[in-house]
Amino acid sequence: MNRRDFLKNSITVIAGLSVPLAALELINPRKLLADKVEGSKIRWAVLVDTQACAGCGFCVKACKTESEIPYEANITRTWVERYVITRQGRTYVDSPKGGRDGFTSDRIDLGGEGFQNIEPNDIEKAFFVPKLCNHCESPACAQVCPVGATYQTGDGVVLVDRKRCIGCGYCIMACPYGVRSFHPVHKTAEKCTLCYHRITKGMKTACVDACPFGARRIGNLRNPDDPVTKTIMSGRVGILKEQYGTKPQVYYLALSREVK
Amino acid sequence: MKSHVWRPLYIALSVIVLILIARSFLVPEDFGVHERGYMYGLHRKGNENEWQAVTLKYGMVQYCKECHADKVEGLGRSPHGPISCENCHGPAMNHPDNPSTLTIDKSRELCLRCHAALTTPHSRRSAIAGIHPATHHPEIECIMCHDPHTPIPRIQL
Repeated sequence: MNRRDFLKNSITVIAGLSVPLAALELINPRKLLADKVEGSKIRWAVLVDTQACAGCGFCVKACKTESEIPYEANITRTWVERYVITRQGRTYVDSPKGGRDGFTSDRIDLGGEGFQNIEPNDIEKAFFVPKLCNHCESPACAQVCPVGATYQTGDGVVLVDRKRCIGCGYCIMACPYGVRSFHPVHKTAEKCTLCYHRITKGMKTACVDACPFGARRIGNLRNPDDPVTKTIMSGRVGILKEQYGTKPQVYYLALSREVK
Repeated sequence: MKSHVWRPLYIALSVIVLILIARSFLVPEDFGVHERGYMYGLHRKGNENEWQAVTLKYGMVQYCKECHADKVEGLGRSPHGPISCENCHGPAMNHPDNPSTLTIDKSRELCLRCHAALTTPHSRRSAIAGIHPATHHPEIECIMCHDPHTPIPRIQL
Protein backbone atom coordinates (compact mmCIF):
# COMPACT_ATOMS: atom_id res chain seq x y z
CA MET A 1 0.00 0.00 0.00
CA ASN A 2 1.43 3.37 -0.95
CA ARG A 3 1.14 6.56 1.07
CA ARG A 4 -1.72 7.96 -1.06
CA ASP A 5 -3.85 4.83 -0.66
CA PHE A 6 -3.18 4.67 3.04
CA LEU A 7 -4.40 8.26 3.54
CA LYS A 8 -7.45 7.66 1.31
CA ASN A 9 -8.45 4.54 3.23
CA SER A 10 -7.90 6.22 6.58
CA ILE A 11 -10.19 9.11 5.61
CA THR A 12 -12.86 6.66 4.40
CA VAL A 13 -12.76 4.70 7.66
CA ILE A 14 -12.94 7.87 9.80
CA ALA A 15 -15.84 9.20 7.71
CA GLY A 16 -17.63 5.88 8.03
CA LEU A 17 -17.16 5.80 11.80
CA SER A 18 -18.38 9.36 12.28
CA VAL A 19 -21.75 8.71 10.58
CA PRO A 20 -23.11 6.23 13.15
CA LEU A 21 -21.87 8.53 15.93
CA ALA A 22 -23.95 11.39 14.54
CA ALA A 23 -26.90 9.08 14.00
CA LEU A 24 -26.73 7.97 17.64
CA GLU A 25 -27.34 11.52 18.89
CA LEU A 26 -29.81 11.24 21.72
CA ILE A 27 -32.97 13.20 22.19
CA ASN A 28 -32.63 16.94 22.43
CA PRO A 29 -35.82 18.83 23.31
CA ARG A 30 -34.06 22.10 22.55
CA LYS A 31 -33.94 21.08 18.91
CA LEU A 32 -37.71 20.63 18.86
CA LEU A 33 -38.11 24.06 20.43
CA ALA A 34 -35.90 25.62 17.77
CA ASP A 35 -37.89 23.94 15.00
CA LYS A 36 -40.79 26.33 15.61
CA VAL A 37 -39.37 28.71 13.02
CA GLU A 38 -40.32 26.28 10.28
CA GLY A 39 -43.45 24.18 10.52
CA SER A 40 -46.07 23.93 13.25
CA LYS A 41 -46.20 26.30 16.22
CA ILE A 42 -47.22 23.42 18.47
CA ARG A 43 -45.34 20.31 19.56
CA TRP A 44 -47.16 18.46 22.32
CA ALA A 45 -45.27 16.74 25.10
CA VAL A 46 -46.32 15.12 28.37
CA LEU A 47 -44.57 15.43 31.71
CA VAL A 48 -45.20 12.65 34.23
CA ASP A 49 -44.20 12.98 37.89
CA THR A 50 -43.76 9.48 39.30
CA GLN A 51 -43.46 10.79 42.85
CA ALA A 52 -46.83 12.51 42.66
CA CYS A 53 -48.71 9.47 41.34
CA ALA A 54 -50.69 7.70 44.07
CA GLY A 55 -51.97 4.83 41.93
CA CYS A 56 -55.65 5.80 42.08
CA GLY A 57 -56.23 4.88 38.43
CA PHE A 58 -58.67 7.73 37.73
CA CYS A 59 -56.63 8.51 34.59
CA VAL A 60 -57.18 5.01 33.21
CA LYS A 61 -60.90 5.12 33.98
CA ALA A 62 -61.30 8.57 32.38
CA CYS A 63 -59.27 7.51 29.33
CA LYS A 64 -61.34 4.39 28.70
CA THR A 65 -64.57 6.38 28.95
CA GLU A 66 -63.42 9.37 26.92
CA SER A 67 -61.92 7.29 24.11
CA GLU A 68 -64.82 4.81 23.85
CA ILE A 69 -62.81 1.70 24.69
CA PRO A 70 -65.10 -1.14 25.82
CA TYR A 71 -64.78 -0.85 29.61
CA GLU A 72 -64.36 -4.55 30.33
CA ALA A 73 -62.11 -5.31 27.33
CA ASN A 74 -58.56 -6.06 28.40
CA ILE A 75 -57.04 -3.17 26.44
CA THR A 76 -56.33 0.38 27.49
CA ARG A 77 -54.60 3.38 25.93
CA THR A 78 -52.92 4.35 29.17
CA TRP A 79 -52.13 2.38 32.29
CA VAL A 80 -50.41 2.67 35.66
CA GLU A 81 -47.67 0.27 36.74
CA ARG A 82 -46.66 -0.41 40.33
CA TYR A 83 -42.98 -1.09 40.96
CA VAL A 84 -41.86 -2.79 44.16
CA ILE A 85 -38.13 -3.28 44.64
CA THR A 86 -37.09 -5.43 47.58
CA ARG A 87 -33.95 -5.19 49.70
CA GLN A 88 -32.83 -8.45 48.08
CA GLY A 89 -32.77 -6.58 44.75
CA ARG A 90 -35.81 -8.23 43.18
CA THR A 91 -38.16 -6.06 41.15
CA TYR A 92 -41.90 -6.76 40.98
CA VAL A 93 -44.14 -4.96 38.52
CA ASP A 94 -47.90 -5.26 38.27
CA SER A 95 -50.78 -3.40 36.67
CA PRO A 96 -54.05 -5.26 37.32
CA LYS A 97 -56.59 -4.21 34.64
CA GLY A 98 -54.11 -1.48 33.69
CA GLY A 99 -54.72 0.10 37.09
CA ARG A 100 -58.27 0.97 36.01
CA ASP A 101 -59.70 0.28 39.47
CA GLY A 102 -56.70 1.63 41.36
CA PHE A 103 -54.33 -0.27 43.60
CA THR A 104 -56.07 -1.38 46.78
CA SER A 105 -53.88 -4.20 48.04
CA ASP A 106 -50.22 -4.66 48.88
CA ARG A 107 -50.01 -8.04 47.17
CA ILE A 108 -48.52 -8.09 43.68
CA ASP A 109 -50.70 -9.45 40.87
CA LEU A 110 -48.51 -11.89 38.92
CA GLY A 111 -51.14 -12.42 36.25
CA GLY A 112 -51.71 -16.12 35.63
CA GLU A 113 -49.31 -17.14 38.39
CA GLY A 114 -51.40 -15.85 41.27
CA PHE A 115 -50.37 -13.26 43.82
CA GLN A 116 -47.15 -12.44 45.62
CA ASN A 117 -47.13 -11.10 49.16
CA ILE A 118 -44.13 -8.98 50.08
CA GLU A 119 -43.12 -8.28 53.67
CA PRO A 120 -43.35 -4.46 54.17
CA ASN A 121 -39.94 -4.52 55.88
CA ASP A 122 -38.39 -6.06 52.76
CA ILE A 123 -39.50 -3.19 50.53
CA GLU A 124 -36.72 -0.85 49.54
CA LYS A 125 -38.61 1.19 46.96
CA ALA A 126 -42.23 1.17 45.83
CA PHE A 127 -43.89 3.66 43.52
CA PHE A 128 -46.27 4.05 40.57
CA VAL A 129 -45.43 4.86 36.96
CA PRO A 130 -48.17 6.00 34.58
CA LYS A 131 -47.55 4.95 30.98
CA LEU A 132 -49.01 6.19 27.72
CA CYS A 133 -48.03 6.63 24.08
CA ASN A 134 -44.77 8.58 23.89
CA HIS A 135 -45.74 10.37 20.65
CA CYS A 136 -42.13 9.88 19.55
CA GLU A 137 -40.32 12.29 17.30
CA SER A 138 -39.26 9.25 15.21
CA PRO A 139 -42.24 6.92 15.67
CA ALA A 140 -41.31 3.38 14.65
CA CYS A 141 -45.01 2.50 14.36
CA ALA A 142 -45.67 5.15 11.70
CA GLN A 143 -42.58 4.11 9.79
CA VAL A 144 -43.61 0.45 9.45
CA CYS A 145 -47.27 1.02 8.50
CA PRO A 146 -47.62 -0.40 4.98
CA VAL A 147 -50.80 1.51 4.06
CA GLY A 148 -50.27 5.00 5.51
CA ALA A 149 -52.84 4.45 8.27
CA THR A 150 -50.58 5.33 11.20
CA TYR A 151 -49.03 8.75 10.87
CA GLN A 152 -47.83 11.79 12.76
CA THR A 153 -49.55 15.15 12.59
CA GLY A 154 -47.68 18.44 12.31
CA ASP A 155 -48.06 19.02 16.06
CA GLY A 156 -46.46 15.68 16.88
CA VAL A 157 -49.45 13.45 17.69
CA VAL A 158 -49.34 9.90 16.32
CA LEU A 159 -52.79 8.83 15.10
CA VAL A 160 -54.38 5.82 13.38
CA ASP A 161 -56.74 6.19 10.42
CA ARG A 162 -59.33 3.50 11.15
CA LYS A 163 -60.61 3.62 7.57
CA ARG A 164 -57.19 2.82 6.10
CA CYS A 165 -55.89 0.42 8.77
CA ILE A 166 -55.93 -3.19 7.54
CA GLY A 167 -55.21 -4.64 10.98
CA CYS A 168 -51.90 -6.27 10.05
CA GLY A 169 -50.40 -5.49 13.47
CA TYR A 170 -46.95 -4.37 12.27
CA CYS A 171 -47.22 -1.20 14.33
CA ILE A 172 -48.16 -3.15 17.45
CA MET A 173 -44.99 -5.21 17.01
CA ALA A 174 -42.84 -2.17 16.18
CA CYS A 175 -43.71 -0.06 19.22
CA PRO A 176 -40.98 -0.62 21.85
CA TYR A 177 -43.30 0.67 24.59
CA GLY A 178 -46.20 -1.70 23.98
CA VAL A 179 -48.70 1.16 23.96
CA ARG A 180 -50.61 -0.20 20.97
CA SER A 181 -53.38 -2.74 21.03
CA PHE A 182 -56.03 -4.14 18.74
CA HIS A 183 -59.51 -2.61 19.03
CA PRO A 184 -61.99 -5.45 19.53
CA VAL A 185 -64.87 -3.58 17.84
CA HIS A 186 -63.25 -1.64 15.00
CA LYS A 187 -60.67 -4.40 14.35
CA THR A 188 -57.96 -1.82 13.79
CA ALA A 189 -54.83 -0.72 15.61
CA GLU A 190 -55.69 1.25 18.72
CA LYS A 191 -53.63 3.84 20.54
CA CYS A 192 -53.57 7.05 22.57
CA THR A 193 -54.58 10.06 20.45
CA LEU A 194 -53.44 12.46 23.18
CA CYS A 195 -57.18 13.32 23.22
CA TYR A 196 -56.80 15.07 19.88
CA HIS A 197 -60.45 16.21 20.10
CA ARG A 198 -59.69 17.95 23.41
CA ILE A 199 -56.20 19.43 22.97
CA THR A 200 -57.16 21.01 19.64
CA LYS A 201 -60.03 22.79 21.46
CA GLY A 202 -57.75 24.24 24.13
CA MET A 203 -58.67 21.58 26.71
CA LYS A 204 -56.32 19.13 28.35
CA THR A 205 -56.36 15.38 27.86
CA ALA A 206 -58.88 13.35 29.87
CA CYS A 207 -56.11 11.69 31.89
CA VAL A 208 -54.51 15.02 32.79
CA ASP A 209 -57.88 16.44 33.87
CA ALA A 210 -58.71 13.35 35.92
CA CYS A 211 -55.43 13.28 37.87
CA PRO A 212 -55.97 14.76 41.36
CA PHE A 213 -52.23 14.91 42.07
CA GLY A 214 -50.88 16.74 39.03
CA ALA A 215 -48.82 13.68 38.16
CA ARG A 216 -49.60 14.12 34.46
CA ARG A 217 -49.17 17.43 32.69
CA ILE A 218 -49.28 18.36 29.02
CA GLY A 219 -47.42 21.20 27.39
CA ASN A 220 -46.32 22.73 24.12
CA LEU A 221 -42.57 22.32 23.54
CA ARG A 222 -42.57 25.20 21.03
CA ASN A 223 -43.76 27.67 23.68
CA PRO A 224 -40.72 28.61 25.81
CA ASP A 225 -42.97 30.14 28.51
CA ASP A 226 -44.97 26.96 29.07
CA PRO A 227 -44.21 25.70 32.62
CA VAL A 228 -44.09 22.10 31.37
CA THR A 229 -41.62 23.09 28.66
CA LYS A 230 -39.49 24.93 31.22
CA THR A 231 -39.26 21.78 33.38
CA ILE A 232 -38.40 19.61 30.37
CA MET A 233 -35.76 22.07 29.16
CA SER A 234 -34.13 21.99 32.60
CA GLY A 235 -32.76 18.65 31.46
CA ARG A 236 -33.57 16.93 34.75
CA VAL A 237 -36.10 14.62 33.21
CA GLY A 238 -35.92 11.02 32.05
CA ILE A 239 -37.34 9.21 29.06
CA LEU A 240 -38.12 5.54 28.53
CA LYS A 241 -35.99 3.19 26.39
CA GLU A 242 -33.87 5.92 24.83
CA GLN A 243 -31.63 3.22 23.31
CA TYR A 244 -34.29 2.57 20.66
CA GLY A 245 -33.74 6.02 19.17
CA THR A 246 -37.46 6.78 18.83
CA LYS A 247 -37.04 10.11 20.69
CA PRO A 248 -40.07 9.71 22.99
CA GLN A 249 -41.90 12.90 24.03
CA VAL A 250 -43.27 11.73 27.37
CA TYR A 251 -40.82 12.97 29.99
CA TYR A 252 -40.61 11.55 33.50
CA LEU A 253 -39.65 13.24 36.73
CA ALA A 254 -37.99 11.06 39.39
CA LEU A 255 -37.62 8.10 37.05
CA SER A 256 -35.99 5.09 38.68
CA ARG A 257 -33.52 2.88 36.82
CA GLU A 258 -35.75 -0.18 37.38
CA VAL A 259 -38.47 1.31 35.17
CA LYS A 260 -38.43 -0.14 31.68
CA MET B 1 -41.39 -4.43 -36.02
CA LYS B 2 -43.82 -7.33 -36.29
CA SER B 3 -47.28 -7.23 -34.73
CA HIS B 4 -46.60 -10.20 -32.42
CA VAL B 5 -44.30 -7.89 -30.50
CA TRP B 6 -46.71 -4.94 -30.42
CA ARG B 7 -49.85 -6.88 -29.39
CA PRO B 8 -48.68 -8.06 -25.92
CA LEU B 9 -47.17 -4.61 -25.40
CA TYR B 10 -50.58 -3.01 -26.00
CA ILE B 11 -52.11 -5.41 -23.52
CA ALA B 12 -49.47 -4.60 -20.90
CA LEU B 13 -49.94 -0.85 -21.45
CA SER B 14 -53.74 -1.10 -21.18
CA VAL B 15 -53.39 -3.04 -17.91
CA ILE B 16 -51.19 -0.26 -16.53
CA VAL B 17 -53.72 2.38 -17.66
CA LEU B 18 -56.55 0.43 -16.02
CA ILE B 19 -54.64 0.18 -12.74
CA LEU B 20 -53.94 3.93 -12.80
CA ILE B 21 -57.64 4.69 -13.47
CA ALA B 22 -58.75 2.37 -10.66
CA ARG B 23 -56.16 3.93 -8.34
CA SER B 24 -57.43 7.44 -8.98
CA PHE B 25 -60.88 6.32 -7.79
CA LEU B 26 -59.71 4.26 -4.81
CA VAL B 27 -57.08 6.56 -3.27
CA PRO B 28 -58.72 9.47 -1.43
CA GLU B 29 -57.88 12.92 -2.77
CA ASP B 30 -56.33 14.16 0.49
CA PHE B 31 -54.11 11.09 0.86
CA GLY B 32 -50.46 11.90 0.51
CA VAL B 33 -47.29 13.08 2.18
CA HIS B 34 -48.00 15.77 4.78
CA GLU B 35 -46.05 17.76 7.43
CA ARG B 36 -43.87 14.94 8.81
CA GLY B 37 -42.62 13.77 5.43
CA TYR B 38 -42.89 10.42 3.68
CA MET B 39 -41.56 8.35 6.58
CA TYR B 40 -43.94 9.55 9.29
CA GLY B 41 -46.47 11.79 7.56
CA LEU B 42 -48.02 9.67 4.79
CA HIS B 43 -51.74 9.80 5.53
CA ARG B 44 -55.23 10.94 4.68
CA LYS B 45 -55.45 14.54 5.91
CA GLY B 46 -59.18 14.27 6.56
CA ASN B 47 -58.55 11.72 9.32
CA GLU B 48 -57.13 14.48 11.54
CA ASN B 49 -60.56 16.16 11.47
CA GLU B 50 -62.25 12.85 12.25
CA TRP B 51 -60.19 12.53 15.43
CA GLN B 52 -60.95 16.15 16.32
CA ALA B 53 -64.67 15.44 15.96
CA VAL B 54 -64.77 12.71 18.64
CA THR B 55 -67.55 13.41 21.15
CA LEU B 56 -66.48 14.98 24.43
CA LYS B 57 -67.52 13.05 27.53
CA TYR B 58 -65.61 14.85 30.27
CA GLY B 59 -65.85 18.61 30.56
CA MET B 60 -63.44 20.51 32.73
CA VAL B 61 -64.05 22.21 36.03
CA GLN B 62 -64.96 25.34 34.03
CA TYR B 63 -67.89 23.40 32.58
CA CYS B 64 -69.17 22.48 36.08
CA LYS B 65 -68.70 26.12 37.13
CA GLU B 66 -71.16 27.37 34.54
CA CYS B 67 -74.05 26.17 36.73
CA HIS B 68 -72.48 25.01 40.02
CA ALA B 69 -70.13 27.94 40.68
CA ASP B 70 -70.89 27.98 44.44
CA LYS B 71 -70.16 24.25 44.83
CA VAL B 72 -66.95 24.39 42.81
CA GLU B 73 -65.78 27.39 44.83
CA GLY B 74 -66.57 25.88 48.24
CA LEU B 75 -65.34 22.36 47.54
CA GLY B 76 -62.16 23.67 45.97
CA ARG B 77 -61.00 24.61 49.47
CA SER B 78 -61.60 21.17 51.00
CA PRO B 79 -58.84 18.53 51.11
CA HIS B 80 -60.67 16.80 48.24
CA GLY B 81 -60.53 20.02 46.19
CA PRO B 82 -57.94 18.81 43.67
CA ILE B 83 -60.18 15.89 42.67
CA SER B 84 -62.06 16.65 39.47
CA CYS B 85 -65.87 16.69 40.03
CA GLU B 86 -66.32 14.18 37.23
CA ASN B 87 -64.13 11.55 38.87
CA CYS B 88 -67.16 10.80 41.07
CA HIS B 89 -70.01 12.64 39.28
CA GLY B 90 -69.48 11.80 35.72
CA PRO B 91 -68.68 11.94 32.92
CA ALA B 92 -70.99 14.93 32.93
CA MET B 93 -70.99 16.34 29.38
CA ASN B 94 -74.56 17.12 28.26
CA HIS B 95 -76.15 15.86 31.50
CA PRO B 96 -78.40 18.96 31.71
CA ASP B 97 -80.23 17.63 28.64
CA ASN B 98 -80.49 14.12 30.00
CA PRO B 99 -79.95 14.14 33.79
CA SER B 100 -80.38 10.38 34.15
CA THR B 101 -77.09 9.79 32.31
CA LEU B 102 -75.11 11.43 35.13
CA THR B 103 -73.75 8.73 37.40
CA ILE B 104 -72.76 9.43 41.00
CA ASP B 105 -70.26 6.89 42.25
CA LYS B 106 -70.60 6.56 46.04
CA SER B 107 -69.03 3.12 46.24
CA ARG B 108 -66.44 1.92 48.74
CA GLU B 109 -64.26 0.90 45.77
CA LEU B 110 -64.04 4.51 44.63
CA CYS B 111 -62.71 5.73 48.00
CA LEU B 112 -60.29 2.79 48.23
CA ARG B 113 -58.55 3.91 45.04
CA CYS B 114 -56.64 6.38 47.21
CA HIS B 115 -57.45 5.40 50.79
CA ALA B 116 -56.52 1.72 50.87
CA ALA B 117 -53.29 1.64 52.89
CA LEU B 118 -50.32 0.53 50.76
CA THR B 119 -46.62 0.22 51.46
CA THR B 120 -45.38 2.56 48.73
CA PRO B 121 -42.83 4.73 50.54
CA HIS B 122 -41.75 6.58 47.40
CA SER B 123 -45.04 7.88 46.11
CA ARG B 124 -47.68 10.41 47.03
CA ARG B 125 -49.78 7.51 48.26
CA SER B 126 -47.86 7.30 51.53
CA ALA B 127 -48.97 10.85 52.41
CA ILE B 128 -52.68 9.97 52.12
CA ALA B 129 -54.65 8.68 55.11
CA GLY B 130 -55.10 4.97 54.50
CA ILE B 131 -57.25 2.19 55.97
CA HIS B 132 -57.14 -1.58 55.71
CA PRO B 133 -60.27 -2.42 53.72
CA ALA B 134 -60.70 -5.86 55.29
CA THR B 135 -60.78 -4.57 58.87
CA HIS B 136 -62.06 -0.98 58.61
CA HIS B 137 -65.88 -1.40 58.75
CA PRO B 138 -66.06 -3.67 55.70
CA GLU B 139 -69.85 -3.99 56.06
CA ILE B 140 -70.82 -0.37 55.35
CA GLU B 141 -70.24 2.27 52.71
CA CYS B 142 -67.65 4.96 53.49
CA ILE B 143 -70.20 7.77 53.02
CA MET B 144 -72.13 6.53 56.11
CA CYS B 145 -69.45 8.19 58.28
CA HIS B 146 -67.42 10.37 55.90
CA ASP B 147 -68.72 13.20 53.75
CA PRO B 148 -66.65 13.13 50.56
CA HIS B 149 -67.08 16.91 50.19
CA THR B 150 -65.76 17.62 53.73
CA PRO B 151 -63.61 14.57 54.31
CA ILE B 152 -63.46 14.59 58.11
CA PRO B 153 -65.36 11.84 60.04
CA ARG B 154 -68.87 13.09 60.91
CA ILE B 155 -68.34 12.14 64.55
CA GLN B 156 -65.57 14.72 64.86
CA LEU B 157 -67.71 17.54 63.49
